[in-house]
Amino acid sequence: MSSATAILAETSAPKQVRQEHLSPNQQAWRRFKRNRMAVASSIFVLCLVALVLVWPLLSNPALAVPRPMTYSPTALTDSPFSPPDAQHWFGSDANGRDILSRIFYGARISLLVGVVGAAVSLVIGVLWGATAGYFGGRLDERMMRFVDILYALPSIVFVIVIITTLEVHFKTWLANVFSPEVAARGRMPFLFVGLGAVSWLTMARIVRGQVLTLRKRQFIDASRSLGAGEGRILFRHILPNVMGVIIVYVTLIIPSIILYESFLSYLGLGVQPPQASLGSLIAEGAAQINPIRTYWWMIAYPAGLLAITLLALNFVGDGLRDAWDPRTKE
Amino acid sequence: MYFVRRLIFLLPLVLVISFLAFCLVRVAPGGPFDKERKPASPEVEKQLKAKYHLDKPLLVQYWIYLKGLLRGDLGPSLKYRNHTVNDIIVQGLPVSLALGGTAFLFALGLGIPLGFFTAVYKGRWVDYAGSFLALLFFCIPAFVVGPALIMVVAIKLKWLPVALWGSPLHVILPTVTLGIYFAGRVARLMREGMMTTLNAEFMTTARAKGLSEPQALLKHAFRLGALPVVSYSGPLLADLLTGSFVVENLFQIPGIGVFMVNSSLSRDYTMVVGLVLLYAVLLLLLNLAVDLGYALLDPRVRYE
Repeated sequence: MSSATAILAETSAPKQVRQEHLSPNQQAWRRFKRNRMAVASSIFVLCLVALVLVWPLLSNPALAVPRPMTYSPTALTDSPFSPPDAQHWFGSDANGRDILSRIFYGARISLLVGVVGAAVSLVIGVLWGATAGYFGGRLDERMMRFVDILYALPSIVFVIVIITTLEVHFKTWLANVFSPEVAARGRMPFLFVGLGAVSWLTMARIVRGQVLTLRKRQFIDASRSLGAGEGRILFRHILPNVMGVIIVYVTLIIPSIILYESFLSYLGLGVQPPQASLGSLIAEGAAQINPIRTYWWMIAYPAGLLAITLLALNFVGDGLRDAWDPRTKE
Repeated sequence: MYFVRRLIFLLPLVLVISFLAFCLVRVAPGGPFDKERKPASPEVEKQLKAKYHLDKPLLVQYWIYLKGLLRGDLGPSLKYRNHTVNDIIVQGLPVSLALGGTAFLFALGLGIPLGFFTAVYKGRWVDYAGSFLALLFFCIPAFVVGPALIMVVAIKLKWLPVALWGSPLHVILPTVTLGIYFAGRVARLMREGMMTTLNAEFMTTARAKGLSEPQALLKHAFRLGALPVVSYSGPLLADLLTGSFVVENLFQIPGIGVFMVNSSLSRDYTMVVGLVLLYAVLLLLLNLAVDLGYALLDPRVRYE
């Protein structure tokens, strides 16, 4: 009798279900945190960003206590080509400038170019892809044909034309509106636009594909029947749903833009001296290669930092993709 | 039928691309005769422009260019004025084709096994080491790999020639320099492709009907797992075959990759348009070939 009630009580007692209800984003975030490589890489990237941001302060000759580590990136010394030692941890370059300081300075510009270039490609790619996918029909057909055609143009020709054209037309404008100084060091904005303009194509294709499947869904019909306009549907209902994919792709596009900028700097089309990016530092090092003496530190350290930064950014991007990709759900 | 239609459709596409490239290079500031050794006198410059039809309206210029194109004539180079664009391409293309071809084989030969094994041994050390290696390959730019290889292999160890083009030994360093980045990309694509096929239902079927694991992997998983690599190999091959500025510059190789950059910089209009057309035609044809290959590899794909 008593055992029967015990059994009854046991089965009828509400089972303690500790099922948490997490939104898809929260679940993805959990998956991301479990990926140790991605988390470590994120921490590395954050540290690097913090370091390059405070570096001008640390290396400012007026503020900094003269320490071996914190030379100003532009300070000239009388010891050119000195190998790494206690004075210059990473050696010095052809003008006696401290390489350690130069690579942090270069990393700052490389990261800046990567982030802003990615932002430019994000804006163009998302607007283009979303418009094509949402309105569909002949507009979609034409817009995507245009993307196909741009794909068939070698990007380097495109970049060269964009950068040199913008430079000529806007340099005088910059000099007039701001100051000749701004104009003199101002290749960067053109670089941003040029790099963004050649890397939005894949973004447009991805966004279009996503929007195309979303716009047939019922919640879109629902909001339309409630009287929402096209713009509101696109920006309030469709784009937020594509956000995950977009964020993942942007984190993967940043390293590729950094790499492209370093290639342009190698060609002499990137940032101009006295500014430096990791790419232009590598190019300076590569220019010093000769069979008699090798100044390996001039190429190894900037290349090393570039490779590590790109690796970390890619790990973060891969981690985000794995976490947000619905196919990887347990 | 589908492919014939696409082949015919290529023609207007190429025309549009040629027109775009034609306008694009003319948008850039400056002209082909700005960097003459002496500033040309206005009369000379005027005559030069008249000779190359640069004084005519844009559409007329394009019409003249098209007429040449129909005869297979890409026009005279505006920078190297005793050469035609056809000459330069005929001289440089075989070199770029050879180098690009070996780099393509290198990229696939290294990338496919790397991607295959990292996928098969997912979550074990082979996967971690291999995936890291693949990612590293594609994070180091060619202008670092090249000098590093030259410094170590050619200068320190003296195993291979430093630069130039001629014997088979000269091919090795440029091939590695050019191909290693793409090997990394191929490996990542291959791994991704294999991951989606490894858990597919047809693999369970293959195992259930008694195929050994290597057989199931090679005969079934590999075939579909390689699809992302197949679709990437079109653009990849087009990129590689039209030469690379960095590698040709580093190793002093007489290909056409150098011209793509230099002629854009020196506003050698005809040269740029010629090279853009070459690249575009190559890319479009290769993409067509890729789609054909897709249908052969994946029985589910049908083209209407």
